[in-house]
Amino acid sequence: MEFIQDLMTYGFLQKALITSIMVGIICGVIGSFIVLRGMALMGDAISHAVLPGVAISYMLGISYFYGAVFTGVLTAFSIGAISQNSRIKNDSSIGIVFSAFFALGIILITQAKSATDLTQILFGNVLSVRSSDMWLTLIIGAIVILVVVLFFKELLVSSFDETMAAAYGLKTRLIHYAIMFLLTLVTVASLQTVGVILVVSLLITPASTAYLLTNRLSIMVVLAAFFGAVSSITGLYFSFLYNMPSGPVIALAATAIFVLAFLFSPKQGLVVGMFRKKFKRKSMTGATE
Amino acid sequence: MIDPITVSNISVSYDGNEVVKDVSFSFGSGSLIGVLGPNGAGKSTLMKAMLGLIHKDQGDVKIGSKTVDSMRKQIAYVPQRSNIDWNFPIIVKDTVLLGTYPKIGLLRRPRKADKEWAMECLKQVGMEGFANRQIGELSGGQQQRVFLARALAQKADYFFLDEPFVGIDVSSEEIIIGILREMREAGKVIFVVHHDLSKVKKYFDGLVLINKELIDAGPTSKVFQSDNMAKAYNREFMIDGLEVSM
Repeated sequence: MEFIQDLMTYGFLQKALITSIMVGIICGVIGSFIVLRGMALMGDAISHAVLPGVAISYMLGISYFYGAVFTGVLTAFSIGAISQNSRIKNDSSIGIVFSAFFALGIILITQAKSATDLTQILFGNVLSVRSSDMWLTLIIGAIVILVVVLFFKELLVSSFDETMAAAYGLKTRLIHYAIMFLLTLVTVASLQTVGVILVVSLLITPASTAYLLTNRLSIMVVLAAFFGAVSSITGLYFSFLYNMPSGPVIALAATAIFVLAFLFSPKQGLVVGMFRKKFKRKSMTGATE
Repeated sequence: MIDPITVSNISVSYDGNEVVKDVSFSFGSGSLIGVLGPNGAGKSTLMKAMLGLIHKDQGDVKIGSKTVDSMRKQIAYVPQRSNIDWNFPIIVKDTVLLGTYPKIGLLRRPRKADKEWAMECLKQVGMEGFANRQIGELSGGQQQRVFLARALAQKADYFFLDEPFVGIDVSSEEIIIGILREMREAGKVIFVVHHDLSKVKKYFDGLVLINKELIDAGPTSKVFQSDNMAKAYNREFMIDGLEVSM
């Protein structure tokens, strides 16, 4: 209750709330496609690889947005270039590229700024969201949602059956890089809220929770967005009341929701599955008696 | 009558190993063609190369006088079952609906008519009772029928099916071959990657027999001869001990 009163009173808290919700939503939406395309590691890579871009932007005194998008996209292309032009497998080339970018980012950040800034970028500090950050997040959110709504059909068919999609003429390579680009945008928008290290949690966990609960992609995307938003509001709440870093709280909130679905999902849940087996056995023995 | 499809001198290599060598053939309207050869002969690779899905070292494919790229909306492809993620969150009727996407085009949604047509195609393969099931809940034969329904929904002229008869039940196989025959009667061109030699004569009126290089292509009666088969299958064929020179 107190939290709601404070929300009414403090402008910074309102900004933090709006940003958190939007970040949760777009991470869930893009995360759904990342999960289904088996690109979880790629999500982790891109989110880490924006760090040198952020550092360079600080040094140049420009918005961190430009630098982050630049190194994010560069990472996606580098990974593609290595795995397509050598015998190195995709997951290995992801490991090579993102660790290099991340290492470079840490060196640059420590050169450019104090250690507190590094902690904020790495682990998020949702309470420090400024107006400009909020607007950036809202604009990115609008772009991401618009693209996904307009090209939902193409995203669906290329995620499900890429060969069929390519056979009828969809530019599947272009779609892949478009998703990488959106992923970079989402990561940049999430920097303040969850931080570089734990973006992957908000990308993968709410989408995986949704994946356990439905048999339709459209519903999965909506559920993932909802779980993402709930997780990041939880992060904000604890961060404000108990002075905890928002990123880790968000990650744990997302995990808690996942564990609930994992145990109790009506279709895939462990507990429900055990009950069903038991019930089946009972009804079978009942039939023989 | 639709235009014939002509393959000229296609070669494909993976990591420097040639897996398809200089293959050429041509088939016209109303053909049901088996792409035949031993394991590792490059059958699926040849099919993907025909569709321009993988890099060719040389050669090209023409439909009439047009390129494959300009004819993509007339092409339906059914992948091997092992290439599909059967846990994907999609139900049967939406899977068939994917077949209407090419002609709907960008930025537009499937309409009621598209959905009705998808259901129509699902009925043709006898799977309308499973419309709301998740695709992973089906048997192998049912899954294959759903994917055939998706291909039918594409209203294409050229069909490419990669190993549709692997691991499926007898009645599904009969339903599928029945539909393929109807399509042939309607003048379509259908390529089927296949490796069960026992039904070749029954199923196909044309054959492409390869073992990396082309052994022979043409009408089944001409290609399906013991000397050709021995050439393609080497010792493997002799172990099978199949009578083919009837």
